[in-house]
Amino acid sequence: MQALATDLGFDVLFKGTNFLRLLGGMWVTLKISLISVALSIVLGILLGIVMTFKNPVTKAICRIYLEIVRIMPQLVLLFIVYYGSARLIGLKFEPEFAAVIVFTFWGTAEMGDLVRGALQSIPKHQYESAYALGMSHRQTYFCIVIPQTVRRLLPLSINLVTRMIKTTPLIVMIEVVEATKVARQIIDANRVASPNAAFGLFFVIFVLYFAVCWPISLLASHLEKKWSN
Amino acid sequence: MDWDVIVSYLPLYKDGMLITLYTGWMGILISIVLGFLAALVLYYKIPVLKSFVRAYIEIFRNTPLLIQLFFIYYGIPKLFGIVTNEMTCGIIGLGLLGGAYMAETFRSGIEAVDKIQMESAVSLGMTRRQAMRYIVLPQAITYSVPAFVANLIFLLKETSVFSCISIMELMFTAKDRIAVSSTTVESLFLVVVFYLIVLLPVSIIGSIVERRLRYASFGD
Repeated sequence: MQALATDLGFDVLFKGTNFLRLLGGMWVTLKISLISVALSIVLGILLGIVMTFKNPVTKAICRIYLEIVRIMPQLVLLFIVYYGSARLIGLKFEPEFAAVIVFTFWGTAEMGDLVRGALQSIPKHQYESAYALGMSHRQTYFCIVIPQTVRRLLPLSINLVTRMIKTTPLIVMIEVVEATKVARQIIDANRVASPNAAFGLFFVIFVLYFAVCWPISLLASHLEKKWSN
Repeated sequence: MDWDVIVSYLPLYKDGMLITLYTGWMGILISIVLGFLAALVLYYKIPVLKSFVRAYIEIFRNTPLLIQLFFIYYGIPKLFGIVTNEMTCGIIGLGLLGGAYMAETFRSGIEAVDKIQMESAVSLGMTRRQAMRYIVLPQAITYSVPAFVANLIFLLKETSVFSCISIMELMFTAKDRIAVSSTTVESLFLVVVFYLIVLLPVSIIGSIVERRLRYASFGD
């Protein structure tokens, strides 16, 4: 058993505080994704409402914004905010802060588009039927439109959380010390004692990410099925 | 912004772009084949294989590409003593990730075709295979087009992660330029321009195709 653990490079996990350091690295990415998701949901709801306006100016701006987010890799945005800002406006952001800016910028666009889609997917006859039954404007919104919108929106926005978590490891590229960076440090420190550490450590990180994202995805698809009618 | 610097960087970025295009589209090709096979396995509910395919899709959809690549590039060769080159690892990684996404796309496309279509075709005397070929698949493909295009853009964007395993694609070129010279603004400007060259055509052609191929939903 011991030998197998060494062969597969899992032994380094139990040396000192290595495993805790790895978890600490994971927490950095999770924290950044959770903050970004929270901000994106608030800003995205506002954006989604703005996107349903018929005003051509706001429409054009929203389209350009969405297209930028759709086409530019998040890594490019990270580089622009982290390296570019120092050059262009003379501000040096903390890398974590730059990451939150970028992921919020990206998440807001995604969320906004989801909110717009959900709002527009409520057929006109729902409003009309509600009015015909004598409901007021406010009653129609709170009892008919918003519950249906939330049902369509919630599974999709839960998926956004996993997508956010899956994208944040990129912050290693702007010098944030997260799980893969910690893993590399451990690998370098144990190069002789445990040459296979890379397998064990990256496998564990792989499993950790799966353990975080999978339950969230299951919840999303469960809700989607439950509310699909 | 210094235009001389930009002009002198152009060949470097062109090479980076060619690698982005090559690895990206190779990965996409693999992912389409994998995704299509996986979707068929799920549709025909082939025993045993079905569970493997489900596990594959869940695993690759719920882990970051960066971690998959690190595992494939640093982890697996260490254990088995294989020497791999980074380009192959990147293409395999992207293909596996994309396959999981494409499988979901194709599967939901097939499921979106009403059961009555298959039943009507069979009752008109078509065999199940004919019904699949002439009735279900053409409609399923049109249903999957929007998600398919989104996947293409997503996968091409994901190639930027390849820079982490030293594939010299666009992002790597930009990172390298920023590190060795003080031309941050020019380097970032060029990387944006070149990603637009790679992705804008896909985005534009994709939305045209989406608009043209709506006949499955005709009459809804």
